[in-house]
Amino acid sequence: MQAQLRDPKTIMKLSRLGSFHQSKLSFLRSFLKEFKDWKYNNDLFDLDENGYGRAVYSFSKENKTYSLICFANKINPNERSDRVIATKWDAAFVLHDGVPSKKDIERLEQNVPKQEVGRLSYKELTLSRANKSVRVFDHVVESLSNGNQPDKEFLSKIGYLYRTTAVYGSGKFGLADRFRIKNREEICGPFRLEMMLVYLVRQFTFDQVNHIAKHKNSKKFVPLDKEISRNLGIGNSTGLGMAPFIVNHPTLLNNWILARENALKKVREIKNIKKEDFETFINCLKKSIKNITSWNTESEFQKKKIKQLMIDLNKLLVFIEDFNFQSDYGFNKLYLWVEENLDLECSEYVVSMMFEPYDSIIDPLIKKMSSEEEKFFNIPGERTVQDLRNILEEKYSGILKLDFEKKENNENFWFISKNKEEPRLANRYNEKGSELEQPLAIARDIKRLYERISNQKNSLNIGKFLIENNDLRHVVRRAFIIEKFPYSEIQDNIIGSNLIPIDMLRLKLSFFGAIKFDPRSDKWLRICMFQGAPLPNELKNFNDYWVYN
Amino acid sequence: MKTLSEIDTTSKRATKAVGFSWGIAEEVGKNMKLLELFGLSGIKNLNKYLQDYKKKQFEKITLINEINESKKNPFCPIILGTNFIDQVNLMDKKKNIKIHNLAFPVLFLPFVSRASEVIGKRIFLKLDDKEFLFNLNQSIYSNYLKNEILENSRSISIDFIENTNSFSEAEWNEIYKLSEDTFVEESDSLKMGAAGAGLTDND
Repeated sequence: MQAQLRDPKTIMKLSRLGSFHQSKLSFLRSFLKEFKDWKYNNDLFDLDENGYGRAVYSFSKENKTYSLICFANKINPNERSDRVIATKWDAAFVLHDGVPSKKDIERLEQNVPKQEVGRLSYKELTLSRANKSVRVFDHVVESLSNGNQPDKEFLSKIGYLYRTTAVYGSGKFGLADRFRIKNREEICGPFRLEMMLVYLVRQFTFDQVNHIAKHKNSKKFVPLDKEISRNLGIGNSTGLGMAPFIVNHPTLLNNWILARENALKKVREIKNIKKEDFETFINCLKKSIKNITSWNTESEFQKKKIKQLMIDLNKLLVFIEDFNFQSDYGFNKLYLWVEENLDLECSEYVVSMMFEPYDSIIDPLIKKMSSEEEKFFNIPGERTVQDLRNILEEKYSGILKLDFEKKENNENFWFISKNKEEPRLANRYNEKGSELEQPLAIARDIKRLYERISNQKNSLNIGKFLIENNDLRHVVRRAFIIEKFPYSEIQDNIIGSNLIPIDMLRLKLSFFGAIKFDPRSDKWLRICMFQGAPLPNELKNFNDYWVYN
Repeated sequence: MKTLSEIDTTSKRATKAVGFSWGIAEEVGKNMKLLELFGLSGIKNLNKYLQDYKKKQFEKITLINEINESKKNPFCPIILGTNFIDQVNLMDKKKNIKIHNLAFPVLFLPFVSRASEVIGKRIFLKLDDKEFLFNLNQSIYSNYLKNEILENSRSISIDFIENTNSFSEAEWNEIYKLSEDTFVEESDSLKMGAAGAGLTDND
């Protein structure tokens, strides 16, 4: 039996993409697998009794080393802000390519704590900063310094000691451009160095909290229990800055989604499911419910989604009690039932779970999740208007039905904020600046393009068509990209009044491997990364199902 | 040092800011990356051009012919370049193209480099006394290395170079003969077992 890849027009709707969950394809999981054989070391730990100072952590193998350099600073409580406009943080971090010299560390100490207004060099790979969750951090210090372990229940509600507010890479603020490092085998997956930074930051937070507690009361002090440490991750506050990324990198988006779709297709095509494989699936599914019941959010929107997810998972658990996985194409039958009977949130949850038993399917796909985007940048000027029309009608049929004369379909515009050079969304009719709109209104501009070619000769070359139509050049380019990359385009209108921007964030964060999405509005959310992950000195023999422990 | 990513983003935004479309601005962003990567002064020339853009008049060429001349105002290198890369598949049958009076010609060069890759042919370009050989967008060979602003060129000549060998057949044969010294003579018994051996091709 050959399963079909799912239709991009269905999968690329934001309601579906905003229901994606972490999976074996997620970048933080593939990062851990890639680096499990690397030597981990804490090369420097020079903090004062209050936990301020410098530390260096590294992964090395053969002649390669990646070093995280941490700078922990004192800030006043009123200076602590998770917003991107903040200028001070509890700690700042940079991932350095190689072993940093004393001179490097001194240079970085002058720049890394300043973040966006500092300057890095091609020897640095990723940059970040983080703030303490003060109530958790203080509670842990207090407990350990009094010889007690912290309250697990309290910790599980938050899930981390620190949360990052941005992680930068690829040429930002002087960091190495991707072309300098893209051929390194160990970082072939997307965002691998960003994942390394966050993972090592997590270890720093444990070492720092232990260090402070020990200095507070060395006689009574007990170190943070390893099991408790494992169940702490790193938080992250994520806003709209991340949303345009998936529009601005169409071939990369395609490769992420295509990997997921290919994985599902291959799992559905398995005729005889081995007993141990469906047991792995069921175990992961059952264990994962703990992640849902400990998923805390104040967001009514997310609470509803979680509630529906739990209802659906219970339905699924009842269904699989009598389900015969050993009938032919068991996962295909299960998938068809899920699509028919459960909501999107649960449907995509189960899809992620189906990947769990199958390293042999997933591992080769992970290697295909990067993209050489510039290879597909040129517009094929020799193609014809007929070709373009065919692409638009085939690939954007839902978009072409939208009426942009209606106010609600044209309500918002994306712009770059002057204050912080970050993407933002505003109401076109209430706010100034729509004339400086970013080229992200893809649905509207595709519709305009379709209308524009309606009175053009089919035989006209695109090169000649563009002479008078360069205002739509950005979407002509995209049309020829989607022809080759069917999952490259969101099949929704991202300037409409019904847009829920956090759907765009969730899509990206699910590929990162984030869990416990906690929307704080429709425009930003908090997440947790690496919660449950092995500690760096446990990587050699870790259980890949740690997400569900 | 500015990164190529910063060069791309800032050039794109600046180009849009003076009035070009986003699609053209995207082309310029990629071009500046390419020029700076190849060691040519992209940002220096783009900055001056964009500063002049609102103050001066530039001719916007549409269809590119064998001889393109602007008697009054110089051609805009960005519009010329965009049309050049869009139309290059239609024009590479022409042996030679001439452009007279082009503003900021350095900004035109990355379009030609990319066009060389599009058509799969090397392109030779002579810009007054400066020579450039574009090698399928993999490299640019030139006798011009100055880091300066070139505000105008009187004459540009573009030749599309057919894909031919740069060596003679005799030279090839000589080197091929040398390469044969790495081969091993196969015995008769081995030949008998090679693919297709022992079968009739009419079966």
